[in-house]
Amino acid sequence: MPDSRPFKSARVAVALALLCAGSVQAAAPTVTIEIPRLSVAEYHRPYTAIWLEDGAQRFVANLAVWYDVKQPNKKGNEWLKDMRQWWRKSGRTLDMPVDGISGATRPPGEHRLAFDGNAAPWKDLAPGEYRLVVEAAREVGGRELIAVPFRWPVEAPQRLEASGEHELGKIVLEFTP
Amino acid sequence: MKTSGFHLGLCALLLAAVMPLGAQAHRAWLLPSSTVLSGDEPWLTVDAAISNDLFYFEHQPMRLDGVSVLAPDGSSVKLENAGTGRYRSTFDVRLEQKGTYKVVRLNEGLFASYQVDGETQRYRGSADGFASAVPAGATDLRVTLTRGRIETFVTAGAPTTEVFQPTGVGLELVPVTHPNDLFAGETAEFRFLLDGKPAAALEVVVIPGGIRYRDQLQEAKYVTDSDGLIRIEWPAPGLYWLNATAESAPTAVTPGTEGAAERRERASYAATLEVLPL
Repeated sequence: MPDSRPFKSARVAVALALLCAGSVQAAAPTVTIEIPRLSVAEYHRPYTAIWLEDGAQRFVANLAVWYDVKQPNKKGNEWLKDMRQWWRKSGRTLDMPVDGISGATRPPGEHRLAFDGNAAPWKDLAPGEYRLVVEAAREVGGRELIAVPFRWPVEAPQRLEASGEHELGKIVLEFTP
Repeated sequence: MKTSGFHLGLCALLLAAVMPLGAQAHRAWLLPSSTVLSGDEPWLTVDAAISNDLFYFEHQPMRLDGVSVLAPDGSSVKLENAGTGRYRSTFDVRLEQKGTYKVVRLNEGLFASYQVDGETQRYRGSADGFASAVPAGATDLRVTLTRGRIETFVTAGAPTTEVFQPTGVGLELVPVTHPNDLFAGETAEFRFLLDGKPAAALEVVVIPGGIRYRDQLQEAKYVTDSDGLIRIEWPAPGLYWLNATAESAPTAVTPGTEGAAERRERASYAATLEVLPL
């Protein structure tokens, strides 16, 4: 029927648009965090929190928290507050450990986290400005916070970088839509 | 506007009136080992002293009578391992609940001078004991009632606000900005109440700790607005001592002071606050 064609093609267009939208949101974000090797008398792996904030620096979602998760009786929780900004924005209202976020502290080197752009928290991000924030605090050492601003959604491949000077090395945020 | 010298003198007089140790006290403070804590059932240690410089133990210990700790649910927590040394008192608190605790030292006293047979005599002590202490035939009685409140705040886990409930007695701080959520470069708002009502036009002095290692006091003065509010901009991270004194006419006549030629009431407030780096 001739009058059904425009209807069909409209449906195809909607389906294509949804597909495209899907592929845009599936931006496959990856975060690479470098924990620097430090020459200090007493070294402990840093507690590290990785989270998303909006453009107004309001907390959006946690991506990972590396701490002494394996210590008996949650003893490792005692130093979570040393990641001061994370503690203020999220940690103090959480009951750690939290599934999917908590992990053990990482040794010096590069650590890559790959996320599914179609899964939470990415799929729920409203279009706008955001910051990937990484905060590291080391026992008997220092603390450092690095933010990587980005815009969501991501339509083309992107590689964003920032560098710490003390407790963090290079932070790379990559999108491969 | 009061000068800092006047303030110091006032403070000394006020504390001297209520310090049975006879300390010519200058600044009284409660110093918490931490103000922001994580983990299960952390412990807190508090040092309590009266000193010239903040926050060093160099003059007199603060007596622990009148010290209490309010838990996040408003109940009272036991002081553990309490002791008083030459320069400071100290005690521990087990933080079993999550939320904000308030450590408080309250003192009330009466300072009086009067003439007996042409000689000036003085009384320093409790208000209750005055009636029996003042001799019959004392003249030119001048009385000052003192109410002092010294506080600090500590939070385990997420901050709560239950302990901010004012008592309606003396000078009190009611936070608008949570006192365990203070960061350098940010502004905090606090309300002051005198006997439960907004303390307007009250001068509040804020001094950073670490006085020993700098030449200038670096005090900042604020005056409350008609709602008793001040806004403090924190210039740098660190510990701060906040202090205010309000004078008023006593609302009730203390026994023994009926014929007083002069009757005053002084309410003071001091708090130790920690400001973290952003």
